[in-house]
Amino acid sequence: MKDDRRRMTDDRQRTTGSRQWIIAVILLTLTSASTLLTGCTAPVTTAALANVETGVDSAAWAKVPAGEFVLGQHEDKGMVEKPYEIMFTDATNAQYACYLNEALAKGTVKIQGDQIIGYYPGDPFHGHKHEKEIKAGDWLHVPLNDPSLRLTFDGKTFGVKPGYENHPMTLVTWFGAKAYCDFHGWRLPSEVEWEKAARGTDNRPFPWGHEIELNNANLYASRDPFELLAGKQGDTTPVGFYNGKTYDGYQTANSRSPYGLYDMAGNVWQWTADLQEGIHDRWLRGGSKDNYGYNLRIWEHNSARPDYASPGVGFRCAR
Amino acid sequence: MQAVQSRFNYLFRSTKGLILVAIALISLVTVVWGMLSGPLKEWGISDVAVQLYGMRLVEAEREGRIILLYHTIAMAVVAIETYLITALVRMKPQQQANINATITIGYITSMIFGLAFGYFGHNYVFHGLFITGQALVFFAGLQLAAALWPWRAEYHVTDPEYAHTKGGVDVERIAFFAMAVATLGSALFGAVPGSLWGRGQEAFLAENIIRIPVKTPLQLAVIGHLHIMLALIAVALTLILSRWFDFKGRLHKIAMPLMIVGTLIITAGVWAVVPFERIAHVIINAGAFPVLVASWLLVYFGWRKIVRARLAAQNIDRPGFGKKLAALLHDPLKFGMLWQLIFMNFVVTAVGIFMAIRLDKTIRMWPLREEQIALTGHWHILAGIIATIILLLYADMAGLRGRARQWFGWIVIIAADTAFAAVSLFETKRLFVGEASQGRLVDAVMLVADAGLALTLAVLAALMVWRLVDLFRRNGRWAKESTEASLEAPPTEVAP
Repeated sequence: MKDDRRRMTDDRQRTTGSRQWIIAVILLTLTSASTLLTGCTAPVTTAALANVETGVDSAAWAKVPAGEFVLGQHEDKGMVEKPYEIMFTDATNAQYACYLNEALAKGTVKIQGDQIIGYYPGDPFHGHKHEKEIKAGDWLHVPLNDPSLRLTFDGKTFGVKPGYENHPMTLVTWFGAKAYCDFHGWRLPSEVEWEKAARGTDNRPFPWGHEIELNNANLYASRDPFELLAGKQGDTTPVGFYNGKTYDGYQTANSRSPYGLYDMAGNVWQWTADLQEGIHDRWLRGGSKDNYGYNLRIWEHNSARPDYASPGVGFRCAR
Repeated sequence: MQAVQSRFNYLFRSTKGLILVAIALISLVTVVWGMLSGPLKEWGISDVAVQLYGMRLVEAEREGRIILLYHTIAMAVVAIETYLITALVRMKPQQQANINATITIGYITSMIFGLAFGYFGHNYVFHGLFITGQALVFFAGLQLAAALWPWRAEYHVTDPEYAHTKGGVDVERIAFFAMAVATLGSALFGAVPGSLWGRGQEAFLAENIIRIPVKTPLQLAVIGHLHIMLALIAVALTLILSRWFDFKGRLHKIAMPLMIVGTLIITAGVWAVVPFERIAHVIINAGAFPVLVASWLLVYFGWRKIVRARLAAQNIDRPGFGKKLAALLHDPLKFGMLWQLIFMNFVVTAVGIFMAIRLDKTIRMWPLREEQIALTGHWHILAGIIATIILLLYADMAGLRGRARQWFGWIVIIAADTAFAAVSLFETKRLFVGEASQGRLVDAVMLVADAGLALTLAVLAALMVWRLVDLFRRNGRWAKESTEASLEAPPTEVAP
């Protein structure tokens, strides 16, 4: 009798234990599912941080001399044959909007549906494994329907969403970046030119030196004021933001490269000019707001199809 | 002194003690080096840790450091599998002692000096000792392959329930032998490019060169090496589970030849990456399929065995589906080891096949960085699943019982698998969400993944503390375990 009672008590305890388990599993599943399902939402804007003036002239150019430099992670010998100039900062939204208005008037770009497109004469094609043919024709420059686009368009004129005038132009494809530089008689920098401009002649891993701190650049989870507003995924910062100034209590480090360039690490990846035989991708350099510090090392590469547009990709020109 | 010596003998001479030491060392490395990445880096703890430990980290050497770290952990995992094989597969006691001693000295030397070289300045004597340690692990592998030689009459099968040839050769033993030989060859496949480090072969992580259209033979060999080693660690663990569950009967006779054929084809496919890169993937996939089928047969056998044992213990003659399910889930450790093999198909195999099929239509449409995330997530999950299976297996052999068994088993299964599922979502997110809208999704999956892994590590820590406390008891579990020469799976636990 006693044994029966004990067994019944044990059974009850086991049943209660099982129920607790089932409830715990259901709660965990529901919590995870609801968290994930609420995840796909529109991007948060940081327009509240409007008009942060960095004092850096985005129309200025840096002179880079010809000559040898330390190339890549394994410190190979790099060489730039001719001196060149490169933009101090990434091209801004305001600059790109201005260009689009002129280019639209001249007919070098056109609007098709919700895209800005323009002509590209095509790449040599080698039929390599995984290589896609980039044929002559009209290619995407900027998608107009992406919610993270900082430009405005009223059907005739391009403008910039308030507060983003001096942020880097993003959502621009390689075709769109090249077209901007070509339009002004400039060009995209080659990878070697980009790297020398970022590094100078020593073996530093970052444009400003050997260590990276959170206030050196706009990177993932760097807790900059724009990230605090937009969430952990962050937002772009105005070009030249990391110049040693204090913005409303947020102290930045002066992160210029040896030739005076800003944002050569973080904020947005930057398109470079080089084509490589056997692959249609173009190389991107510098790391972005979406990456950890190690992706901001000078030799780090990203690559993408030339018609790829992203809120984390911009460019600057050389001449 | 006697007390210290008896515990030393347990930790370094008994199978369970050796496994405990290896798991404890991996846990220690995970705790210390885990501070350098992930959420702890975001919280700034990595900077404190680097200063506290006096680490000297040079940015340009990150890839080399990570390679050293992976190797030290991998050596310890290979050692654990070796201890299990020498205890579960018949061989001479002296062979078992020699193999275990060699591999123990090897992996510990490799771990200590590899990490010291990578993270605390570059003393090249340490690098030499790191290589020496790995060479000892390789030498232990040679001894293991010799000990596993299947064609000795003394190891012929006596029970016809186990897979065997007409001449009585143990087919499961052939599978172990094939795996061991394939592993030795594949280790050399990586060792050759490794030996040329700095002489035209620079340290790199495989995910960083995927978009380079023409890769050098050394680069291809390194990529092949890391893939095949992880695959063979998984094959070895599946064979160990076969022994642990005493896999036999008709399914065993189908599964073991499949394991052998699959292992050999996968290995040949990976080795073919250097001369025949274009067709290597086809060969590898052809070899992976029979191994997968063999693992499914093992799971079916194991689960059926668990259910039958539980129902017999409960005296239930005609169970319905609910009773059978309850019986299956009753023991989370035994159920979990096999469940992880199935779960792997969802978060590793299926994702991998999808990526391979959609490579040009989807994955290569993404920027390089997205593809890198997918690749690294993919193989981190596989490594993580292997680790959870080893943990569940160790908890089972350590005799974890009662509520502790239930809590440990279910937390590992639910927390780790939730984390792995979250990482799978993260790595494939571009299929269903654009960059502009990914913010909260990414934050959420990262949170879920971190929480799941933290919970798994917490129960691992609890397990280690439990065993540590036990070592201070005069007649603790360790005293009994130190006299066990071979391992036998404890029966499916019946609730108290």
